[in-house]
Amino acid sequence: MSYRNTKTGYGSIARLLHWLMAICIFGLFGLGYWMRTLTYYSPYYQSAPDLHQSIGITLFGFLMFRFIWKLANPSPEHAGLTALEHKGSTLLHWGFYALILSVMIAGYFISTLDGRVIHYFSLFDLPSVYTQKGLEKLAGKIHWMLAYLTIALAVLHAGAALWHHFIKKDRVLVSMTKGPIE
Amino acid sequence: MFKKLLLTTVLALTLGTGAFAESYKIDTDEGHSAINFSVSHLGFSFVTGRFDKFTGGFEFDAANPEAASLNVEIIIGSINTNHGKRDNHLRSADFFDESNNATASFVSTGIKTTGDKTAVITGDLTIKGITKSVDLNTVFIAEGEDPWGNYRAGFTGATTVKLSDYDMAGPLGDQEVVLTVITEGIRQ
Repeated sequence: MSYRNTKTGYGSIARLLHWLMAICIFGLFGLGYWMRTLTYYSPYYQSAPDLHQSIGITLFGFLMFRFIWKLANPSPEHAGLTALEHKGSTLLHWGFYALILSVMIAGYFISTLDGRVIHYFSLFDLPSVYTQKGLEKLAGKIHWMLAYLTIALAVLHAGAALWHHFIKKDRVLVSMTKGPIE
Repeated sequence: MFKKLLLTTVLALTLGTGAFAESYKIDTDEGHSAINFSVSHLGFSFVTGRFDKFTGGFEFDAANPEAASLNVEIIIGSINTNHGKRDNHLRSADFFDESNNATASFVSTGIKTTGDKTAVITGDLTIKGITKSVDLNTVFIAEGEDPWGNYRAGFTGATTVKLSDYDMAGPLGDQEVVLTVITEGIRQ
C-alpha cells in the first residue's frame, strides 16, 4: 500500500483526503440545508450551525493539507484522454479548489463580520479579522450560491468518473478508489 | 457496619447542608444582556447609550437569595451612543479617560431582599479608577430551561450615579446618570 502517489494511481493519503473531503462537502450541504429549516425554538437551532461551522473549518484544514500534498506528489497519468477531456478535467479540478475555498471564506465572514468569533468545537475560538456590519447578508448570499454550485460540479465530477469507469472502461476512477497498480 | 454508618454520615453532611448557590455566566455571546445609561441633554431630552462589550457572572439560588453575588467588567472602549464623535469625546480624558482606564467594574458586596422578586444589591462600582458603593435596585424576572439545553435566569437592575462621583462633571456639569442592567445568565 503506497502512501504517496505514483504515475499509475493516487496513494492512500490522497485517496483518504479525497473521500473524507467528499463526505464533508456533501454532509455540510445537507446540514446547511436542514439547519435553515429550523425555527428559533428547535433544540438544534444553536448546535446545528455550530457543528456546520466547525466541520467547515476542519474542511479548510483538509484543503490546506491537500494543496501541499498535491504539490509534493506526482500526479497520476492517464493515457487515452483526449485533449478536451484533459483540459476539462484540469479546469474542473482547479475550479473546484477555488470554489470550495470561496465557499468557506464567505462562510467565515457570515459569522465574523459583526466582530464575533467562531467557536471551533469546544477547542478554540477563531477571531474576526474584518468587521463591517451589514455585509452579513451579502456573505450569506454568496455562500449559498457557491454551495449549490459546488454540489452541481461535484455531481458532474462524479458523473464523469462513472462515465470513465463504465463507458470508457479506463483506470480513472480506480486510481482514486484502489490506487496505483501495485 | 461501620462503613455503612460512615457513608451515611458523609452523605448526610454533604447533601443535608442545604441548597448551593449556582454559577451563571452572563450571556453576552449571543447578546442577551445589556448595560444602558441615560443622561439629561441640556435639560431638553436624554442621551442614551450602552456599553457593547462586557463580561460577568452571578451566583444565585432562589432558595437563598441573600447569598447571591454579581460581578461585571465593562470594556469602556465599547461605549456606544450612536454617534462616533460623541463616543470619542466620552472616551477622552473629559469623561472616561479610556486610555488610562480601559475597564469599569461592579462587584457586589451584599444583597437585601425587599420583596418576593425584588432586592437591593449593594456593590462597588469602579469607573475611571474611582470606586464608590452603589445600590442596584434589582428585579428577578424568571428562571428556567431554554429550548437548547441550557438553564437561564434573568434580572434587571438600576441605579443612579452623579457625574461628579466619578470626576466627569466637566463639560456637562454635574448630571445624574441612570444606569440600567438587563442580564440573562446561563447556568454553568
